[in-house]
Amino acid sequence: MICERCKQQPASVHYTEIINNQKRQMHLCEACAKEAQKAFEAGPTLNLKHFLAGLMGPAIAQETPTDARPFRCESCGLTEEMFGKYGLLGCGECYRNYERLAPLLRRIHGSTRHTGKVPQRSRKKYRWVQEVERLRAELQEAVEKEKFERAAELRDEIRALESRLT
Amino acid sequence: MSFKEAVQNPYSPWMDDAAPETDVVISSRARLARSLADFPFPHHLSPDKAERVIQRVALAVRETEFSARFGDTEMVRLAELTPVERGMLVEKHLISPDFVMRNHASYQYKGLALTADERLSIMVNEEDHLRIQCLYPGLQVTAAARDADEADTLLEETLDFAFSDRIGYLTACPTNVGTGLRASVMLHLPALVLLGRVKDILTAASRLGLTVRGLFGEGTESVGHLFQMSNQVTLGMSENDIAKNLDSITRQIIEQERAAREQLREQMPVVLRDRVSRAFGILRHAYVLSTDEAMRLLSDVRLGVGMGLIKGVAPRLLSELMVKTRSTYLAKMSGRQLSPPERGELRARVVRQALGNISADDGE
Ligand SMILES: [Zn+2]
Ligand SMILES: [Zn+2]
Repeated sequence: MICERCKQQPASVHYTEIINNQKRQMHLCEACAKEAQKAFEAGPTLNLKHFLAGLMGPAIAQETPTDARPFRCESCGLTEEMFGKYGLLGCGECYRNYERLAPLLRRIHGSTRHTGKVPQRSRKKYRWVQEVERLRAELQEAVEKEKFERAAELRDEIRALESRLT
Repeated sequence: MSFKEAVQNPYSPWMDDAAPETDVVISSRARLARSLADFPFPHHLSPDKAERVIQRVALAVRETEFSARFGDTEMVRLAELTPVERGMLVEKHLISPDFVMRNHASYQYKGLALTADERLSIMVNEEDHLRIQCLYPGLQVTAAARDADEADTLLEETLDFAFSDRIGYLTACPTNVGTGLRASVMLHLPALVLLGRVKDILTAASRLGLTVRGLFGEGTESVGHLFQMSNQVTLGMSENDIAKNLDSITRQIIEQERAAREQLREQMPVVLRDRVSRAFGILRHAYVLSTDEAMRLLSDVRLGVGMGLIKGVAPRLLSELMVKTRSTYLAKMSGRQLSPPERGELRARVVRQALGNISADDGE
């Protein structure tokens, strides 16, 4: 079999790619496979297979809480396996597994925080989220400057605000 | 009324020539992905819930404030259209190819709301409950994004969109979460392709957070030299920054393409003139044309028109021919599916009729 990218070298690397729900077999030579890998690492090019591998694989174990159970949405029943198959979440509630999704979002978008439009009805809550982030930064600073009393105050404030957020 | 028109007429207002930078940018689009809170995403939706989603959106677009801003907006179910009519909407870029191919919900539960001027369309129960899309001629990314945003704000009056305070608008695919905004431009880059520079430029664009793909065919070998460029990231950037980033990089590519065209004119005037005039001649006189050949020749003629080498041909005519030369339109015209040879013959006739009577000159 010939490499489908350069159409010159024999293909020695075979893998399945999932793009837009379409499963596709890729057959590449060593060199092209390496380049494809490099291209993936260089930019946030969309390759769900890699993202999903990143989401579920051991590489991100340190990023996820150690007691993380397999991803399963209480609301719609979507499992990690189903997500891996189609690359689609089942409902808005799936995003409550935020801790598990954060590494994936970071790999896709380079960010885990929305900074754009906010629907009218959510504006107040959104301001709280921003406030929590501001307080966190202040807390960090307080700890660094060893202002422990202030840090304890800030910690309480953050806890109070966070309890009102979903 | 407007739907009958939309599925019959190969022309759509995004083909209009009287728009900014149409020599390089054919059209601009902004698309917002939105989900209704309290409903599973479309691929997880039971028929009765899918029906409720359609009905809610149908009501929302009938609100007086919405129609005051966007005009009467009709909602049609894909089941009410013939396969050829659905195909026409795809070829006119009013709905996505996925919308008619995927089987997440049957056609009965897939809806399309379309304004009479075809500038705003809302796909219901595509990958997300709503895909709000504004499609404008030329380089008008920021205008398209602004109008999609306005439509979203008006819909939000009656629809409860799934939104997280941390990660923004929630979408079925994590690649759309946040703003849900996918802004894109359709570029015609024949000179950069001919000079072998398109790959570098597209690579550079991808480093700046944009995705580029050939509109027809794969990668940089796009048939017809047409490329679609869009933002990769939807989370962590504001809608405004996404649109502005695409707009400014597009402007740089426009400059590059124009410089490449001037370089062709200076360094190989005869080759260039031969190429565009030959293409024009073949299109005006051929009796058989394949899709690929038609796309390639239309691209060359568009280049000639853009550089003033061919006069008397409106670019919108060429955009219209991009739809008219597709198998879908030919099937609609003849009222049945055609065999490949029949198609090639009819395609050539359609092109001859469109271009043959133009008293064009080759600019000599
Ligand atoms: Zn290779
Ligand atoms: Zn769920």
